Amino acid sequence: MTVEKLRLIVEELPPELHSKVRSAKIRGNDLRLVTGIDDLASLAKHIHGVYQAPLVTMHATDDRAAEDCFKLYVVLSPRGMDAFVTIIAALEPRSQRFVSLTPQINEADWYEREVQDMFGLEAIGHPDPRPLVLYDDWPQGEHPLRKDFPLDRRPPRIKGEYSFTKVEGEGVYEIPVGPVHAGVIEPGHFRFSVAGEPIINLEVRLGYVHKGIEKISESTPYWRGIHLAERISGDNSVAHSTAYCQTVEALASAEVPERAEYIRTVMLELERIYNLIGDISGIALDTAFSVGAANGYLLRERALNLNECLTGSRLLRSVNVIGGVRKDLSANDREKTLSALVRLKLEFEDLVDLMVTSTSLLDRVETTGKLSTEMAVRLNVVGPVARASGVDRDVRRDHPYAAYDRLNFLVPRGAAGDVNARTRVKIDEVRESFSLIDQALDGMPSGPIRTVVENIPAGEMAMSLVESPRGELVHWILAGRERPYRHKIRDASFCNWLAMEEAVLGNIVPDFPLINKSFNLSYSGNDL
Amino acid sequence: MDEETEKLGEELKRKVREVFGRSLAIREVDAGSCNGCEVEVNSLTNAIHDIERFGLHIVASPRHADMLLVTGPVTRNMELPLRQTYNATPCPKMVVAMGSCAISGGIYRGSYAVLDGVDKVLPVDVYIPGCPPRPQAIIQGILVALGKMEERKGQQS
Ligand code: SF4
Repeated sequence: MTVEKLRLIVEELPPELHSKVRSAKIRGNDLRLVTGIDDLASLAKHIHGVYQAPLVTMHATDDRAAEDCFKLYVVLSPRGMDAFVTIIAALEPRSQRFVSLTPQINEADWYEREVQDMFGLEAIGHPDPRPLVLYDDWPQGEHPLRKDFPLDRRPPRIKGEYSFTKVEGEGVYEIPVGPVHAGVIEPGHFRFSVAGEPIINLEVRLGYVHKGIEKISESTPYWRGIHLAERISGDNSVAHSTAYCQTVEALASAEVPERAEYIRTVMLELERIYNLIGDISGIALDTAFSVGAANGYLLRERALNLNECLTGSRLLRSVNVIGGVRKDLSANDREKTLSALVRLKLEFEDLVDLMVTSTSLLDRVETTGKLSTEMAVRLNVVGPVARASGVDRDVRRDHPYAAYDRLNFLVPRGAAGDVNARTRVKIDEVRESFSLIDQALDGMPSGPIRTVVENIPAGEMAMSLVESPRGELVHWILAGRERPYRHKIRDASFCNWLAMEEAVLGNIVPDFPLINKSFNLSYSGNDL
Repeated sequence: MDEETEKLGEELKRKVREVFGRSLAIREVDAGSCNGCEVEVNSLTNAIHDIERFGLHIVASPRHADMLLVTGPVTRNMELPLRQTYNATPCPKMVVAMGSCAISGGIYRGSYAVLDGVDKVLPVDVYIPGCPPRPQAIIQGILVALGKMEERKGQQS
């Protein structure tokens, strides 16, 4: 079925594009098209438009040693198919330029800026070619993801200054915030342009917590790479490590035992529960609804305790291994989980009652921080933020992994796209997570929990998508010897930050923390 | 209630009174953490741990702080903001490096983008191991820092 559909994509290409495809192969559910660098943009635009295929990732590889060139990869996900189209184009030998896709595919924006920083390849025609991750004090000509850049090179700082967008007009003033914030949150810089009360422009400047994770991973053997994956965005340890393991397992064509898939599902949903309850409590806190916040954070603490009880780690670290999971869930664990969840569910419903009947809270969240459906689609926003704006997308249903295809769940959606809608969607998602855990514990087959994965063939590529608490995240690996040759990581936050710049427009500055909390994006996951 | 936390807390309360005669103001600085450490710093203020009742406050500005609680390996891009925060903190001040990253760079050690730990940038008084440290470990670490502060005071007088 899938293979047929993918074949059809190739057959349906208009002749002028068909002739530009140098090779078309189907591997699993991935159609891989090789084309020339000058035809990359038009081919990508065609598939993006005709099949309503959002951009899953776009990145480069440094193949100068073997093929004397850099390559670009564009991965798209055609709507309604559990399948992907990967377009691969090599730059001309020794060339360091390509035509920007951003004018055609809006969401390519940050990916291309990242490619510029990390590989030194120029995206010609990019509307905003400023550096994204590497700072103004980073010297020219040093590009960390190039293979001739050693992991531990620390170039001296140079003098430089970042230019923010200037918004001018009568009575317009700027408010710079961060990178160090007042609360216990991650660092990032926000620059507001304000006219009177309303925000007329926001520029988000990130990169402060860039640690070089992709580069580190490319010199880290697979078995240890899991630990790194768990530390891409610490509160999404299971989501990232599952995606990493699934990618490596796909490279080796390994089958994970069914029991392990169920255990992974339980862990993924436990992670979602503590994260989303944290988000909901944060929203209560930022609307000065202290009772709700105190109750919410208490529930989160209970969830963290349950995590520790089952895995020895409050953040569910060291759960995954390549080929399965590290520790089984005993009958005793099952009982403990079920009884803890019974209590948690009841208390969660009390919290929800408390929150949705508080008029002072509703007054703050309704119509605040609106993101329209149209904008959410245009920016390719993912996760609960997208669903609250009416976008019907969830990796668990659309590209099932672990045990999700054997379980029943709804994908909650909102319409208004405001803080209220995001809160409601998150509430409903917690409820679905409770049900998913119950089902997974019920349906869990007996058997082994891991399989030995050996011989990961160098030169192969594979990819895995996971629905993290923040939304769709992606790991993409081109295998090297015992480690990734290239490891591209894309956290959900990378897709959603630009949407925040939109959602705050017309709102007053004091509502910004609330809007920010309702998005709750990761800085570490974004900056890598 | 968690017994371990209670015991540590009572000790902490006594120490805070002894050393400061009031409460202890802590400013948290994320110098490039994975955000796992922040999950636990935030847990300190929930109703179970509730460190406020032991006289510990997490404050919004370094200018009100007695102690900086620093997480993360110190990324290249956070070195300057971290130094600025330190300079804005009035003396006498303590620096606590929280988590494997803050201690040595942790899993990111040796990367082009990090500086391999807080003590490469600032004088560190106490190191709290863990990835992330549990809330009780953080409280314990703060207690150790207070002990050091007391010693220092004793030497001066
Ligand atoms: S010590 Fe561990 S939890 Fe803390 S920031 Fe580092 S990697 Fe994350």
